[in-house]
This record gives sequence, structure tokens and C-alpha cells, in this order.
Amino acid sequence: MENLVQTAMQNVNFAAIMPSLVLACFSMALLLINAFSRRGATAHVAGISLLALVVTGFSALSAWNNPQVGFAGHVVLDNYAVFFTFVFLISAALTVFMSDAYLKREGYPIGEFYSLILFSTVGAMIMASGTDLMTIFLGLEILSVSLYVLAGFFRGSKKSNEAGLKYFLLGAFSTGFLLYGMALIYGVTGTTNLVDIGSHFSLSPQSAMNPVAIAGMMLMATGFLFKIAIAPFHMWAPDVYEGSPTPITAFMSAGPKAAAFAALMRIFLVSLSSMQTTWETAFWVLAVLTMITGNFLALNQQNLKRMLAYSSIAHAGYAMVGLVAANAIGISGVLYYMLAYSFMNIGAFAVLVLIGKKGEENLTLDGIRGFGYKRPLLGVLLTICLFSLMGIPPSAGFSGKFFIFAGALNAGFVWLAILGVLNSAVSLYYYLRIMVAMYFKDPEEDFEWIKLTPGATICIVISVIAVLYMGILPSGIMSLARQALL
Amino acid sequence: MITITHYMVLSAILFSMGTVGVLTRKNAIVVFMCVELMLNSVNLTFIALSSHLGNMDGQIFVFFIMTVAAAEAAVGLALMIAFFRNSDSIDVEDFSLLKW
Repeated sequence: MENLVQTAMQNVNFAAIMPSLVLACFSMALLLINAFSRRGATAHVAGISLLALVVTGFSALSAWNNPQVGFAGHVVLDNYAVFFTFVFLISAALTVFMSDAYLKREGYPIGEFYSLILFSTVGAMIMASGTDLMTIFLGLEILSVSLYVLAGFFRGSKKSNEAGLKYFLLGAFSTGFLLYGMALIYGVTGTTNLVDIGSHFSLSPQSAMNPVAIAGMMLMATGFLFKIAIAPFHMWAPDVYEGSPTPITAFMSAGPKAAAFAALMRIFLVSLSSMQTTWETAFWVLAVLTMITGNFLALNQQNLKRMLAYSSIAHAGYAMVGLVAANAIGISGVLYYMLAYSFMNIGAFAVLVLIGKKGEENLTLDGIRGFGYKRPLLGVLLTICLFSLMGIPPSAGFSGKFFIFAGALNAGFVWLAILGVLNSAVSLYYYLRIMVAMYFKDPEEDFEWIKLTPGATICIVISVIAVLYMGILPSGIMSLARQALL
Repeated sequence: MITITHYMVLSAILFSMGTVGVLTRKNAIVVFMCVELMLNSVNLTFIALSSHLGNMDGQIFVFFIMTVAAAEAAVGLALMIAFFRNSDSIDVEDFSLLKW
């Protein structure tokens, strides 16, 4: 018995989950702090959550180039997980920055908002470092359940209620598919460990052609593709993104999307690489479908949040191209793109947070008329973020797309790369519509509604600096992404 | 003699019933019940496979699924109450504010 306990303890290795552990403790402490705080006072909670994110970042840093395996191979903190952990931490931190003044303006200064953001970041980190179907599922659920609450956070707003409930029902539905897929894969291979699944399939190639295994793979992919909002599983995204509080929309389109990509890539590249010929074709079609759906449906949107939601679907399609390529450039391109996308998208949303009035009825192409004249600096910052989303050099979006499409070309997917570039060209139209509205239209008479708040301003400035840095000097982050390959 | 095939077929049928229910029912609570049916059919699959393979992983997985389903139910019902307070309805057809 003594021996059993000792072996078990040796297998645990808390270093492998240290970042998630630190962040989870902080978020639980925040819940307590909230309980003893004055109602409506949230500034200190935001400060503590920023501190929590920084401390977590430091605790994750020690695992770079020093992979930690824990819990008998259920969790691993390797470079790949650390890179993604930083993507999540950065998007959470930027979201926290822009939230405080926003929550006050909308009339919901509730501190639990921040602990929920931290909890969902914990879930994302567990997803990225999970090496067992069980761990990945748990991480996904920690992430999703917190996000359901965050999407419906504005209890009194019908839109937010509807967004939360829609996200919840469809999210739970997709979890069912994910789990059924996991069950079938478990039935074929007899294990839930990703590496063991991979070696089972490579040792007996005929089991990789087993229809049950292929059905399991497809069902599992459905679950993740739903979270990433890949067409045809994207229907929820525009509605939920439009109805959720704006900082949460920004966060959802960056952090959780990257988390689902992290888990999807780990499963498909580590466990299901023997089935690559099967999933390659399916993902090829889905990537093209997603790019086309996202870009073409965005063309005619009036509501800015909804337009950015469709654009975020299109961006998931670009990232998917890197996964189809499945070579070193493509996959590291996806890592790079996830980081770049977090910066440029959250930057753009932070501007929306600043220019929205209470209730955000003015976040339409009509509502932002002439704001570029009245607030030139803010206009320029939004323009930089939008240029990066278009993929115009020198911006992070350009280098990200460059790496991904280079990966696709290297792997021989010439048509995929061509379709991707053509789609970027289509996307110019709707991003330019925003710029036309803010620069070439006359502003409203009573234009006095933008008040710069320090948090959101810091968030925008950090994002724009990062976007320009990653666009002008892409090699630094790219070499990190290269070291973070699986 | 009840074999693994029986269990797999039964859980596949339950899973399909859940899926069809989610797609066709109007009341959000019934939709959620159908989701629970899907999750429980997955539990059945895991347990049957676990006993068939003589391997405990599947049964451990079931515990996690049950825990998560309970957490999801708590959050989901809370969201439904919030929705009902504002709209006096829990009908899926009334999810109509957000449309393109």
C-alpha cells in the first residue's frame, strides 16, 4: 500500500499543471474577495486578475524547453502547451483591461465577471496541455461552462439572455457529439491516451480503416469544429457574438478558439495521423467552405459586432488551411496566426468598446459615421487593426497568412492557397466599408459620445504595438512557434 | 445472451433519439433533456466498452461526464430562468432577436 501511494505520487508531478493550478487558485480567491467587497467596486478585482495572469505567465515560462509530464501522462506542459498558454493569457489580460469601464457603463459592475474569465482561461490551458481524451474533455467543459455564463452575463438584457441560452444549448449539443466520438475511438483502441491511440492506429493500419474509428474521428472533429465555428457548424457564432457583452465577444473569438485549435491539432496530429488521408480531404473542403461562408456573409452586415463575427469565422478558415497542410510551416503558422489574431481582433473590439454608447445600439455602419474625423488617433488605431485583419503588410495578419499559405503551397495544396488569397481579397470589401463609414461620412451633429477610458486605451495601444511588431519583425515570434511544434 | 453489440446498438438508438429531439422539439427544457439523453447514451457506450475491453478508463470517463453534465444543468437552467424572466417564454422559436 505504501509503495502504491509512493508510485502514485511520483506520477503526479504538480509542475505539469502549475500554471492552471495557480490561476484556478487565484480565480477562487477572487470569488471570495468579491463576496467581501462593496457592491459595484470592481477595479481592484480587475487589478488582481491581471496580477493572476502575470503570475501564471511566469509559472508557465519555466516549462519552456523543459517539458513536464504529469498525472501518469494525462497532462503535459511542453512548448506547444506553453505557447498556447501565453495566447490565452494575453487574450484574457487584454479582455480584462477593456472590461472595467465597459461593465460600469452597461450597468453590471459585478466582480464575478473576472473570475469567470480566469476560469475559462484555466479550461483553455488544460485543453492545450491535455494528452488524454479525458483531460481535453474536462478542459473544454471548464472553458465552455464559464463562457455560457459570460455570454448571458447581462441578466436584464434580452439579447444577452438569448446569446447565452443559444450558446449553451448548441454547445451542450456539440459536446454530445464530441463525447460519442471519443467513446467510439476508445472502443476501437481500448485507451484514452493520445499517444497510445496514435501507436495503436500506426501498429494496425486496418483498424485505422475501421468504419467505427472513422465515425469516431468525424464525430470528435464535429465537436471541436463547432467550438471553432467552422462552417457548417458556425450558425451559432454570429448570434452569440452579437448578443454577448463586447469584451466577451473579443475574448471568445480569440482565446477559446485558439484552445479548440490546440486540442484539435494535438488529437489529429498525434493520435489520428495514420488517418491523415481521410481527414485531410474533409478539412480541405471545410476550410474552403468556412472561408467563403464567413467572408461572403460578412459583406452585407450593418452591425459591426456581427460583421466581425463573420470575419472571425473566415479567419478560422484561414487557420484551418495550416492544419490541412500539416507540415512544420503550416502548423507553426497556425500558432503564429492564433497569437496575431488575438491581438488584432481584441484591438478592434476594444475600439468598439470605446465608441459604443450604453446598450450599443450605435455599433453599426451608420452609427460610427465620421468618428475617424472626430477622434483621429483612435481612428488610426482601429485602421491598423483592420488592415491587419485584411492581411495587408506590414502587419501581423499579413505575416500570419503568409506562413499559413506558404505551408499549404509547400504541402502541395496549390488550390487551397489560391482560394485563401482570393478570399482575403473579398474580405477587403467589408473591412473597407468600416473605414469608409468612419472617414468619408459626415458625423452626427451631437457627436460627443466617446470618452477614452484608461483600460481600453492601454488594451488598444498594446494590441497595435504587438500587431506592428509581429508584422515588421515576424521572425522572433515565428522561431518561438517553430520550437513549439508537437 | 446480451453481447456488446446489443449495448452499442441500444446506445446508438438512444443517441439518435436525443439528436432528433434536439432538432425538432420547441421547448428549451425538453431540448436540454434530449441533450442529457445523448450524454447518457455516451455513458452507456463507455461502460459497455469498458466492461468488454476489461479496462477501467471508460468507467472513469463516465464519472467525469456525469459531473460535467450536472454543472452544465445548473448553468443551463439558470440561463433559462434569466431568459424566462425577460421574455415570459422558454420556447426555442422565441430566440428571434438575433438574426441576420
